[in-house]
Amino acid sequence: MTTDARRGLALISPTVVYVLLLLAAPLAAVVTFSFWTQDFLTIDRTLTLNNYREAFTDPIYRTLMLRSLTISGVVTVVTVVLAFPIAYFVSFQVHPSRKALWIFLITIPFWTSYLLRVFLWKVILGFNGVLNSGLLSLGLIDEPITFILYNANAVVITLAHAFAPFTILPIYVALEKIDRSLIEASQDLGESKVTTFFRVTLPLAMPGVIAATLIVFIPTIGDYVTPRLVGGPNGLMIANMIQTQFLKLNNAPMGATLAVLAMCAVTAISLVFVFFNRRYLR
Amino acid sequence: MSIISLQNIEKHYGDYHALKDVSCEIAEGEFFSLLGPSGCGKTTLLRVIAGFEDVSSGTVLLGGQNMAGVPANKRPTNMVFQSYAIFPHLSVAQNVGFGLRKAKLQPAQMADAINEALEMVGLAGFGERAAHALSGGQRQRVALARALILKPKVLLLDEPLSALDKKMREQMQTELRRLQRQVGITFILVTHDQEEALIMSDRIAVMFEGEIAQVAPPQDLYRRPLTRRVGEFIGVMNFLNARQIDVSDGTVAFDIEGLGEAKVGPDQLPEGARAYLPVVGLRPEAFTIVYEDPKLRSQRIVEGEVLDLSYYGDMTYYEVKLDGASAPVTISMKNLTTRPVLERGTRTLVSWDEGSLVVFAA
Repeated sequence: MTTDARRGLALISPTVVYVLLLLAAPLAAVVTFSFWTQDFLTIDRTLTLNNYREAFTDPIYRTLMLRSLTISGVVTVVTVVLAFPIAYFVSFQVHPSRKALWIFLITIPFWTSYLLRVFLWKVILGFNGVLNSGLLSLGLIDEPITFILYNANAVVITLAHAFAPFTILPIYVALEKIDRSLIEASQDLGESKVTTFFRVTLPLAMPGVIAATLIVFIPTIGDYVTPRLVGGPNGLMIANMIQTQFLKLNNAPMGATLAVLAMCAVTAISLVFVFFNRRYLR
Repeated sequence: MSIISLQNIEKHYGDYHALKDVSCEIAEGEFFSLLGPSGCGKTTLLRVIAGFEDVSSGTVLLGGQNMAGVPANKRPTNMVFQSYAIFPHLSVAQNVGFGLRKAKLQPAQMADAINEALEMVGLAGFGERAAHALSGGQRQRVALARALILKPKVLLLDEPLSALDKKMREQMQTELRRLQRQVGITFILVTHDQEEALIMSDRIAVMFEGEIAQVAPPQDLYRRPLTRRVGEFIGVMNFLNARQIDVSDGTVAFDIEGLGEAKVGPDQLPEGARAYLPVVGLRPEAFTIVYEDPKLRSQRIVEGEVLDLSYYGDMTYYEVKLDGASAPVTISMKNLTTRPVLERGTRTLVSWDEGSLVVFAA
C-alpha cells in the first residue's frame, strides 16, 4: 500500500468505523431479522420468506404501504409546488442585499422543535381549534369542519409545512446559479417572459427541484410522529405499523420485513429521480 | 438610409447619469463600433437598442419605427452576449435553433437552417455536441450562429472578443468582418479595445462618461481626433505645449515647445472651433529619426536625446527628449537593416511632419 493510500485510509477510518457500527451493522441485522420468524416468545432462526409473503398478501400492510406512498407523494408535490414560487421570488425579485435576510426568515420555523410544530397544528386544525372557531365566528360555517384533523389531510398539511424550508433552499440555490444573461438571451431570441420560464428557467432549475423532491419524499415516507399525533386511525402510515410490530406486537421479524420493503420502495423511486437528475445535469 | 436613429437618449439609474443626450445615426449595412473605457455607457446604449433597458427620455428608431415600449423579444435585433449565454441544457443545434420556434418550420427545414448557420460560422458537424463541451471560440461561434439564423436587421455584439486569447481574438476579428460583409447585416460592436475598433469598424463612436465624444471612420478618428481625450484614447499621441502666436486667413501659427514655429492650415483645424487648446498633438509616426545626411531632408529637423526604447521586432518605440521640450515624445520607427537601433543616451536628429499636427478645440 502506498503512503497516499494509507493516509487516505487513516483519514476516512473514523467515518468508516462509524458507518459500519451504526449503519451497516443495524441494517444487516434488520435484513437478517426479516428472514426469521417470531415464535411466541422466542425467535425462530430458520430462514424463510414467510414474512414477505404475509406482507404482500395481508391487505393491511398493502393499504398502509400504498397510503404511505400516496401521502408522501402528495406532501412532496404540495411542498415543491408551493416552494418554487417562494424560491423564485427570493432569487429573482428580492434585491441581492436582502436575499440573505429572506433565507434567514424562511428558516425561522426550524427554531421550534418538530414536535411542538406538530402539536401547534393540532391546535390550529382541531375541533375547537383556531381555524374552526375563526370560521365559526365569521359565520362562514355552521359547525366545526372535521376533515382537517385526525386523517390523511392533516398529515399532509403538517408535513408540507415542516418540510417547506428544505425544498425552498435547494430550488433557490438552483435558481441562483442560472446566469441571468441566459434569460435575456432567450428574450432576445423572441421568447416572452412566460415561454422563457418554461424553455430556460425551469429546465435549468430542475436539479434543484429534483433534489427538493428527494429531500421531502425520502424522510416523509418513514415519518411516524406526525401520523401518530394528527393522523387519527385513517392517517396512519407504514412507519406506525413498523413501530407497532417491534414494540407492541413483539414481532420484530415482521417489523423488519416491513422496514426492508419500505426501504426498497424509497430506493426504487429515488433511483428514478436520480436518473432524471442525470438527464438534466448532463 | 439610417437603420438606427438615436435621438437625445438620456438614461438615469437613480442618481447616476448613465447616458447624456446621446444622438447618433447608424447606416444600414454598416459595421459600427461603440468604443470607450469601462463605465462610459457603451453597453448601456447597446442594451437600450436591444430593448433590455428603458430610456429615461429620448427616442430610439429602428428601421424608422419608434421602439418605445417594444420589448426585446419583439425587436428586429439580436445580441451576442459578452458571456455568450449559451444554454447549457441544450445541444449546439438546439441552441442555434432556439429562436426558430416561432417560425413554425418543418423539422427538415429547421435542420437545414441550423446546418447552414453552423456552416457559416465554421462549426459544420458540431450540432450534436453538448454546449458545455465547447471551447471559448466555439461558444462564440454558436452565439453568432444563433443570432444570425434569425436574420435580424441589426446584430448587437457586447464585447464578444474580450474573453478570447490574443491569437483567437485576431482570427475572430477578421472573421467577424468577413461575416458582416457576407450577410450584409448592420453590426454594432461594443468594445473597450481601440485597436479592435479601428480594425473592424466602418465608423466608430467614442464615448466618455455617458456622452459621445466623436463619431468618425477609423482613419479620421486616428488622424483628426476632435478632443484631446479622444486623441489620448485612440493609439499613442504626443502632446506638446504650444502657444498660439498668429491667426490669418484661417491659418493658425503656433510656437511649439521643442519644435519651433508651425502653421496649421484650415483643413487641419477642428471644425467650428473658435479657440484652440494651448497644446498640439503628434502621432509617433509623424516623427522620424534622421539617419542620413540632414541636408538631404527638406522637412523640419530638431535635436534630442534617446531616453528609453522598446524594441518590438518590426518596430522600435523611442522615448526622445527634444531640446527645449518639457516632456519626452514617443517616436515609432520601422526597423530596417539600414537603420540601427539607437541606444539609450544617444543624441539624434529628429524630423517631423508639419502636416500631421493635430489641433484641439478649446
